[in-house]
Amino acid sequence: MFTYDFMQNAFVAALLVALVSGSTGYFLVLRGQSFAGHALGHVGFAGATGAVLLGISPFWGLMAVTTAGGALMGFLGERVHERDVAIGMVLSLALGVGLLFLNFFTGSAVQATSLLFGNVLGVDRATLWQMAGLAVFSSCALGILARPLLFASARPELAEARGIDLRLVSMAYLALVGVAVAEAVQVVGVLLVFSLMVGPAAAAQRLTARFVSGFWISVGLAAAEAVAGVALAYVTDWPASFWISFLSALIYMISLAGRQGKCGLF
Amino acid sequence: MSEAARFEGASLALGGRVILRALDFSLPQGAFIGVLGPNGAGKTTLLRAMLGLVRPVAGNVTVLGRLATPGQVAIGYLPQTRTPLSALRLSGRDLVAAGAGRTWQLGPLRRAQRQEVADAIEMVDAGAYADRAVSTLSGGERQRLLLAQALLGSPKMLLLDEPLSSLDPHHQAATVALVRRLQTRLGITVCFTAHELNPLLPVLDYVLYLGNGEAALGSVDEVVTPAVLSRLYGAPIDVFRVQGKIFVMADGHAVERDSHVHL
Repeated sequence: MFTYDFMQNAFVAALLVALVSGSTGYFLVLRGQSFAGHALGHVGFAGATGAVLLGISPFWGLMAVTTAGGALMGFLGERVHERDVAIGMVLSLALGVGLLFLNFFTGSAVQATSLLFGNVLGVDRATLWQMAGLAVFSSCALGILARPLLFASARPELAEARGIDLRLVSMAYLALVGVAVAEAVQVVGVLLVFSLMVGPAAAAQRLTARFVSGFWISVGLAAAEAVAGVALAYVTDWPASFWISFLSALIYMISLAGRQGKCGLF
Repeated sequence: MSEAARFEGASLALGGRVILRALDFSLPQGAFIGVLGPNGAGKTTLLRAMLGLVRPVAGNVTVLGRLATPGQVAIGYLPQTRTPLSALRLSGRDLVAAGAGRTWQLGPLRRAQRQEVADAIEMVDAGAYADRAVSTLSGGERQRLLLAQALLGSPKMLLLDEPLSSLDPHHQAATVALVRRLQTRLGITVCFTAHELNPLLPVLDYVLYLGNGEAALGSVDEVVTPAVLSRLYGAPIDVFRVQGKIFVMADGHAVERDSHVHL
């Protein structure tokens, strides 16, 4: 299974995506903003298909829209919450517009399916390098942002009093979520971003309340789920995205059955 | 008398409306000061002015000898929490530690910083449950951890905004006693806002009563009188003392009870 180029690419892509989504997703769940990951995926679909229409790489189109969308959500802040109908409408519209763009271009069902549900076995070397570069960038940025982000997430009023610009932190963070979503889409597609961004992080926070352990468990679970998903896809010939979403849900359910809160296992 | 904070002709506005006019007083160093007054009187705004988060539209606010500016570590602050901590899946220790270290410090906390967090948790007697998830703690336990967070950075002054508002009478008394112990042990100034006077009575050195855009500072006996309070409420006020408690009444209603209604 490791002798094929496309399998090697798939495993590396899965690991890169797991690193980015597991780490970024931890804060997403901590901040109670899980919906943002989901929403950015939908919005990104229109960006990716729109880019194809304009003759640009769909990857960069996707990322331009998800990072800009993330920053905008951060800018609007709490006004975005409690607007579930408005958000739902925007998301449906984004998917609809994406479909329209796709229709203008080729009407290709393969292109649509790989954007919607991911196509990890189709990742080529060039995309892999782009993903690796973005993974390095997003890890460094998250590392720099981590301390003010944790403070602003746990104690916004106090962080503000200490001179932290809550809106700026939120915008920078959600833009990073946009990068992570663009990465995750390469593996699981816009519709299943939740399974890598939110599933492992939510399970990790069920298992431990400690910040450092929880963060690394989230990254570890994401990596395990992504790599196992690709391997199971090879063995069963079922889609990798199915296996990843299945493993993500399974591990989350197991974490629910485990000890609830307290000091956890670690 | 050395002073912790001084208001010189300071007018404070919120959303363009001046809610406290031409304040002129000094808060003495090392005292336990209860900040009281009806809802909307400007208690939170007054604390935020001392933190430099609200700039006076006229006059000056000086804190610990300097004009109030944001980011002063010498002031510990316990803000009112708008966001619920009941959903936060983070341990109490990590919640406290989120406020430690410099804002843009990279990497994990240094050993000395972790020790400071541990010391602050010990000071509020929260060691027994600090490693549990915040979401599993009671309101009183969370309040202690937030108090520990306010103690980080060895502040010379503590600004506590409504720390009693979500607690039952038993935990209210325990919190007040704890803050008093910390205040005397560390020799710091405490400004403690509250809706009700009585839980604070055993420990108060001074009362700063706000109302009607004005403020009155002094001992309980000087400030909590029909004359002063009638001026601050803009309505005739009676003050009754029953078994060591003080009841402030307007038209036969206890005004503190009425002001306790949250919007």
